[in-house]
Amino acid sequence: MKSTLSEIGSSPFQAVATLGAVGLFLVRILGAIPRALARPRALVEQIFVVGAVSTNLILVGGLFVGLVMGLQFYTALARFGATSALGGLVALSLLRELSPVVTALLYAGRAGTSLASELGLMRATEQFKAMEVMAVDPVERVVAPRFLAGVISVPLLTALFSAVGILGGYLIGVRLMGLDPGVFWNNLRASVRFRQDFLNGEFKALVFGILCTLVALYEGYHSDPTAEGLGRATTRSVVIASLAVLSCDYLMTAFLYR
Amino acid sequence: MTKTPRAGGPPSGPANDEVAVRLIGASLRRGGREILRDLDLVVPRGRITAVMGPSGTGKTSLLSLVSGELAPSKGQVFVEGQDINTLDRRRLYALRRRMGMLFQEGALFTDLSVFDNVAFPLREHTRLPEALVRVIVLLKLEAVGLRGAADLYPSELSGGMARRAALARAVVMDPAVVLYDEPLTGLDPISMGVILRLIRDLNHTLGLTSVVVSHDVQEMLSVADHFYVLADGRLIAQGDRESLRAQAAASPWVRQFLEGEADGPVPFHYPARPLWDDLLGGEAA
Repeated sequence: MKSTLSEIGSSPFQAVATLGAVGLFLVRILGAIPRALARPRALVEQIFVVGAVSTNLILVGGLFVGLVMGLQFYTALARFGATSALGGLVALSLLRELSPVVTALLYAGRAGTSLASELGLMRATEQFKAMEVMAVDPVERVVAPRFLAGVISVPLLTALFSAVGILGGYLIGVRLMGLDPGVFWNNLRASVRFRQDFLNGEFKALVFGILCTLVALYEGYHSDPTAEGLGRATTRSVVIASLAVLSCDYLMTAFLYR
Repeated sequence: MTKTPRAGGPPSGPANDEVAVRLIGASLRRGGREILRDLDLVVPRGRITAVMGPSGTGKTSLLSLVSGELAPSKGQVFVEGQDINTLDRRRLYALRRRMGMLFQEGALFTDLSVFDNVAFPLREHTRLPEALVRVIVLLKLEAVGLRGAADLYPSELSGGMARRAALARAVVMDPAVVLYDEPLTGLDPISMGVILRLIRDLNHTLGLTSVVVSHDVQEMLSVADHFYVLADGRLIAQGDRESLRAQAAASPWVRQFLEGEADGPVPFHYPARPLWDDLLGGEAA
């Protein structure tokens, strides 16, 4: 009874302590970034591994999300005879919400897990210890370039997701349902504002990129050096990153689009 | 058992420049458990020192103390005359550049080829032209017999080859001290012989100081010059080969370990209540 109570009591402290540890880890990474930038080759390599390999997933995901939205919005708008607003509606929902969020979730599932398991494996096989003993800081050599790569990649992937999604909406609205292409594009151009809609969405993507990459790297870097530890780190990286993305999205929407 | 004088810090005992590593009254506590207790240990320069003991007696922790990865809860650790726990990160890294370490499973970087693994410390710490890096790496790989495997990746190597590649990486910066963490564990007899020969040859040709942590008694007796035997985090015997044998005659514990007897001061059975109670008493007892 007493131990159950103390467990319940200690869990908020645990959570705060973990949050603090993640924050310190972030500070350590940020401190190592200047030296990581001095190795552009490693950074480009990581952008390829972390970002470029997620491209196909993002393209396919974005296309289907756009197709579905085209169908749903078209039938809904047709009831009010407002199908001409399809272009703007598709583009706005993508740019403001769906692209950053879905891209971040896909990224956490694809790149985040591979980062967490890669670092977890390096931890389990003592590669970080080996680096430390060779007087090489693993945060600088391994973690920082991956962090930067993630933070650069997610906004780019998000933009790609939006582009393909809009194309999907166009295919449904114009090619399938027979909406006039001029009406589609004109409505889109009239309703999307560059700063409020596009840049705010990209800002979200940047925050999500930081969140997902940080969680994956933290979980991998601090995983138990065992097979279970590795599996746990991979799972936790997706679960925590997804929850963080969804909850942060609410906060940012509340503050960005008042 | 000869004891190093403790008072007065590092200059006591053998002359300082003949000592590569010195532990003075070092204790290590982790998770409420005392892993190492009050260790006094001297590693003479240019020799091979073996630290032996059963699994779980804190041998690997001892290496972590020497590499500065862990700090002793009490006492001091001197490496190359410097108290390793008073150094800031920059100085610690400068000192570590003069150390090499061979990890139990090699700890090769899985995303780099054997060549790049061995070249890694050189590329990180020196500005040598790539042509020179190539020459140095190939010479070190030649020394461990893996020049032909330079382009292979760690996943393509056998356990013994991985250990040899890691050894080449450990000595590529021509360190003053090389630490070996269980270098023979899990190797077949041939690979074991190869690693033992390499430990001995590298130590003599490169003028290194080697600290080998191992529980392979006979192998260590064949290669090392100086021995420490740990049990339960304490030193129970030390000295050269002859004095170790003499201590074995006097101490049943040392004898049990050196001869590999199943029962003795270290009991065969994990502590338990009497067998009959367990078999007949059931849960209620």
